Amino acid sequence: MKSRKAELLVGVFVLLAIAAGLMLALKVANQTMSGKGETYVLKAKFDNIGGLKVRSAVKVGGVTVGRVDSITLSSNDFTPIVSMSIAKKYDKFPETSSVSILTSGLLGEQYIGLQPGFSMDGIKDLADGDFVEDTKSALVLEDLIGQFLFSKK
Amino acid sequence: MLDWIAGIGAANIAKVRSFGRATLMLFGAVIAKPQLVKNVPLTIKQIYVVGVQSLLIIVVSGLFIGMVMALQGYTILVGYGAEGSLGPMVALSLLRELGPVVTALLFAGRAGSALTAEIGLMKATEQLSSLEMMAIDPLRRIIAPRLWAGMISMPMLTLIFSAVGILGGHLVGVDWLGVDSGSYWSIMQSTVEWNKDVMNGIIKSLVFAFVIVWIATYKGYDSVPTSEGISKATTQTVVLSSLAVLGLDFVLTALMFGIE
Repeated sequence: MKSRKAELLVGVFVLLAIAAGLMLALKVANQTMSGKGETYVLKAKFDNIGGLKVRSAVKVGGVTVGRVDSITLSSNDFTPIVSMSIAKKYDKFPETSSVSILTSGLLGEQYIGLQPGFSMDGIKDLADGDFVEDTKSALVLEDLIGQFLFSKK
Repeated sequence: MLDWIAGIGAANIAKVRSFGRATLMLFGAVIAKPQLVKNVPLTIKQIYVVGVQSLLIIVVSGLFIGMVMALQGYTILVGYGAEGSLGPMVALSLLRELGPVVTALLFAGRAGSALTAEIGLMKATEQLSSLEMMAIDPLRRIIAPRLWAGMISMPMLTLIFSAVGILGGHLVGVDWLGVDSGSYWSIMQSTVEWNKDVMNGIIKSLVFAFVIVWIATYKGYDSVPTSEGISKATTQTVVLSSLAVLGLDFVLTALMFGIE
């Protein structure tokens, strides 16, 4: 009888731990949404990426459509190349789309804003591995202050 | 003078010898001739003693630590208008640091000391020698189930601690102080990574569990079989394993999160 009670309580304990693990996975780490699913890669060259990090979000009109995969420095012209993986279901961005590095809030984290361009005949959609040509760099606060100070003269 | 120098040497040799005995005990208990089928019921009984009975203190302290962190974090973050970041702050500090470490410290105090006292008393009342007389290896019969039970229980306790702490933070931050519930969860979800944060916390707690149960069982097994010796061994278990947990936590954090 004693051992049955112990076994029952150990079972409850294990179930509690599994419930806690599931809660951490689904509610805290949001395991189902991140990473999984078909993606394709877009690349973009920036002059300055500011505080952009790997795994930063890529958003279109505030909706997260992908994440930053890797940030490397081009060995030819020493500009950063950001490669982003975008969910497959959003694969109809025209070639004229532009990307810019934005900040959420005043002190928030930086993310990539993708602005879909116009599409008409003769303009193809962006495919896997394509470069987005039209880029705007991150707003670096120090540069801005510098410009402001020196333009006073 | 010469005696003094000889004393230093003897003390060091005794340290190294006790380390060797501890390692031999570990090998004898874990590696030599495993008897999985026979040990499973014993291990389940020990999980009950070590894990289930620690559940209450883990849940209560997890709840309060989450609540205190939300309260403290809110008063600081609200000054920057960044109270939306309360969720990731609570979740990351619980998952990465406080969950494994506080669980380990509580575990050392609640379960480690009990293990040492139990095994020490078994030695004092010569239960271990009588087991040996019946040709039962006390390392396998007594030590091994306790080692495994600790290693199995600690990660589960850590998961429960972190989850309850995050819920406690939600209770104070959202229900009491009025942080938006949506931003509490969604910013947390975009910040916390399963592999980096949750898994590393579990790895930490596994390491801590190993160290604690090893120290606890060794100190009990090696204790002087008198009432004074057992009390000394119990104290040493709590002190040593707490120090080991805190020291190892620094090393593990530096390895896991130090340089990106």
